[in-house]
Amino acid sequence: MSTPDALTPSVATEVLVPPSVATPRAGTGGGWRRLGALTESAPATVGLAIVFAWAMLALLAPLIAPYAPNASDIAALANPTPSKAHWLGTDHLGRDLLSRILWGARPVLVIAPVAVLGAAALGSLLGLAAGYYGRVIGLVITRACDIVLSFPVIILYMIILAHFGSSAWNIIGVLTLTKAPIIARIVRGMTLDLREREYVAAAKMRGESGLYIMLVEILPNARGPLVVDMCLRTGYNVIIIGVLGFLGIGLPPPDPDWGGMVKDTYGMMMVWPHMALFPCAAISSLVVGFNLLAVGLRELGLRD
Amino acid sequence: MTEPALLDIRGLRVSYVTRAGELPVIPGLDLSLRAGEALGLVGESGCGKSTVALSIVRYLGRSGRITGGQILFEGRDLVTLGEDQLRAVRGRRIAMVYQDPMASLNPVMTVGRQLMEVPIAHDGCDAARARERALAMLREVRLADPEAVMDRYPHQLSGGQQQRIVIAMALIAEPALLIMDEPTTGLDVTVEAAVLDLVAELRRRHHSAILYISHNLGTVVRVCDRVGVMYRGELVEDGTVRQIFTNPRHPYTRGLLDCLPTLGRDKRQTPLVPIAGQVEPAWARTPGCGFASRCAHVEIGLCTSRAVPLTPVEGDAGHRVACVRADALPRSAPRRGVAAAHAAPASSRPVISTHRLRKWYAAPRGWLGGRRAPVSALVDVDLQAARRRTLAVVGESGCGKSTLAKVLSGIEVASAGRVTLDGVDVGALPVDARSRDVKRKLQMVFQNPDSTLNPSHTVGYAIGRALRRLADRPPSDVAGQVARLLEVVKLRPELAARRPRQLSGGEKQRVAIARALAGDPEVIVADEPVSALDVSVQAAIINLLNEIQSARGATLIFISHDLAVVRYLADHVAVMYLGTVAEFGSVERVFAPPYHPYTEALLSAVPVPDPDAAATRILLEGTVPRASEVPRGCPFATRCPRKVGAICDDVPPPIQQLDVEHRIACHIPAKELAARQVPLAPGSAMMGAR
Repeated sequence: MSTPDALTPSVATEVLVPPSVATPRAGTGGGWRRLGALTESAPATVGLAIVFAWAMLALLAPLIAPYAPNASDIAALANPTPSKAHWLGTDHLGRDLLSRILWGARPVLVIAPVAVLGAAALGSLLGLAAGYYGRVIGLVITRACDIVLSFPVIILYMIILAHFGSSAWNIIGVLTLTKAPIIARIVRGMTLDLREREYVAAAKMRGESGLYIMLVEILPNARGPLVVDMCLRTGYNVIIIGVLGFLGIGLPPPDPDWGGMVKDTYGMMMVWPHMALFPCAAISSLVVGFNLLAVGLRELGLRD
Repeated sequence: MTEPALLDIRGLRVSYVTRAGELPVIPGLDLSLRAGEALGLVGESGCGKSTVALSIVRYLGRSGRITGGQILFEGRDLVTLGEDQLRAVRGRRIAMVYQDPMASLNPVMTVGRQLMEVPIAHDGCDAARARERALAMLREVRLADPEAVMDRYPHQLSGGQQQRIVIAMALIAEPALLIMDEPTTGLDVTVEAAVLDLVAELRRRHHSAILYISHNLGTVVRVCDRVGVMYRGELVEDGTVRQIFTNPRHPYTRGLLDCLPTLGRDKRQTPLVPIAGQVEPAWARTPGCGFASRCAHVEIGLCTSRAVPLTPVEGDAGHRVACVRADALPRSAPRRGVAAAHAAPASSRPVISTHRLRKWYAAPRGWLGGRRAPVSALVDVDLQAARRRTLAVVGESGCGKSTLAKVLSGIEVASAGRVTLDGVDVGALPVDARSRDVKRKLQMVFQNPDSTLNPSHTVGYAIGRALRRLADRPPSDVAGQVARLLEVVKLRPELAARRPRQLSGGEKQRVAIARALAGDPEVIVADEPVSALDVSVQAAIINLLNEIQSARGATLIFISHDLAVVRYLADHVAVMYLGTVAEFGSVERVFAPPYHPYTEALLSAVPVPDPDAAATRILLEGTVPRASEVPRGCPFATRCPRKVGAICDDVPPPIQQLDVEHRIACHIPAKELAARQVPLAPGSAMMGAR
């Protein structure tokens, strides 16, 4: 490339010094480094610890649970309160509560996140399309979402699960269907803002397809709030799975299900409160864990 | 100097507390200001100018802390003053005007109530008396119809009017000190000129001292008596405006002056000289002169061994400079670069042209379907951009210049008329419908460095993707090509691994230029590419664009509101007003009489960084009219100082073809215009000669 002489000195004198404050997280941040950054926020650390602890307990349930989840100990029925043999006591059929809670964590920790991932995938696509294309497509999608959201969800769950039967897959499907519109709304809002950015115009000017612009140019910049929301939704899903179990349309018995455990024993609340309270505490702690994680992630997101 | 100083800052030290620890940003500053005096503080972004201003009113926020020194104001030390006493000083004795007027005004309160609040709170006035004072103040800041303005909300006023309100609010308590932090940045050049004139006039009347902070030396001249040049939290030179401008002694001051485009400079005779490198943060401090790493006259050892204090300049009373080599430097810096070799001759056929180009937007329809007239953004625009030349499009905001850029690039589609690129009409084609070849031929550089690059992508990905999509032959070695493009824009190839947030504004804009160059385009549309950058960075980007344009033989369409930059860079200029082209021609013709009256007003508003320049200002009354209020005749008729009569309102002006290229849309015959108009202010000549 030839350069006119007179222009050379003026530009050649520019020594572009690197910014002398190296950003702490310069370069490509690996997954572990990101996880390390999480510990900078107290709520995120606590939340992560709770969720991680439950995940480990669920994973190791076959090894650490003292009894089989459905085995009943007739002898314990005389006094089902916590004892040396049954640390958390037993339920009304003499089944060990600790073992049932540990085993019961397994379906929850699979269904809740998988349903959120499904809702995020479906909701993101709908939201991106609604926000990016606007007009007719946007109108159709937003109205469809409004219709789904306008149903009282519990009634909707009962209708769908009563019709299709209650199974893990059906619960995932129902949760995905009812959460996707909420995520779609969030993503649509962010897309409406992000699509006006100049880098989107630049992408259009080099002839990128709509799908590329939505997935590669817009979606990555919406991920911050999206991840926070997904964490919150996971917590809410844990509650809903509990509610479904409580209503009797959760996972089919006899396998342990936290909501179902509460349903079976809340009638005996006055006599043996521990039977319902321990599963309730399990639900609450997991939800609190996810919520704290979401709070922490939001805090860290604002800091950057 | 027997009179005691109104403001006396002694050894001020300010730090910001961050996660990385305490970072000293002002390491020890001495500054004094007498009553009624106006001091300008200039320097690039990150030099600590605003930190000084915020320290004075102790508004440093949670992370900022004054760690030492005194700020004596009217004999009291503001650093140790209690919160209650401080409140009595703020607003009443010291008032502040910030850059963004919309952020200083409460959007849910009428202007009148906000103004009346000041005397009620500070002087215990009753409402009637406060109203009287507010009205008087509005008259003083020359707002038309003050009674009506009192009842308006901030969003109902233009940017210039808002800034006047903020100034009125600051002055209504008759403060002894008025701090103005970049008060005209972000305003149109005509509005800026009017606000500067207003400040200069109010100063004479109110005897308030002014601390005026700006990165633009041109505006400082209009308002100030003395200038302090700041670099990395320290004063490196101070003196009277005249001393600083006619005899700058510090290499940094000279650098700031040399990188400033003025109406007297053009790329062929007086190239801009950007300051090398960029501001290093104050806490990355080395012993000795802070500017040493960027200074062309640095002598390692002498400059870098010990701190450099401000010392008086011999034979120039009141002028101080912090440079150990100041006496050894030549008194006036030699201009670098002689007449630039001219680019290859332009071919006669324009590479891109528009013919009767129109763009209108359908007005939103009311709830009951009431149809309103569409809003016109471009009206019969005829422009031609010659091959290998730079066409600049100038005008105030709302004149349609950005709409023009969008229509040319296909982001918006023309409503009527033609856009011809290399003989192909692309006006009706949105960018999706344009052929790959057309996309390759025309690329765009955007205005906002923070939004031009995707924060999620690395520099290398952004440029590499553009190469894959646009380059003629599929590049086998994308990484190598990316490195080559980064070199073209004078960036180190290692930057390819960085993400935008690790880059400075100037670096981001360079990456954006590299991205636009990926397909070797024939036309580059640059929409205000330097308006968000510091003057020193701006100079480097302008030089880069100029170099690329002549080395690559590309045509540059440069959209700008800054006439000095346009004068420097352009070969042809189109002056736009309300979607029409008021004047078009070669840069020499447009910047010399006869001008269109609008061009004349724009030119007279450009701040000239020269204390001797006679201010022959043509102040435009009012603002750009709303779309619904545009006269049937000449769009400029409502504000034109040379309006001849009803014909201007009723009959669209004829286009007077003065020579092959130069044309003016005006009712006044060109000869008559030429006879009445004066050439550019002589001050610009001084800048060229220095």
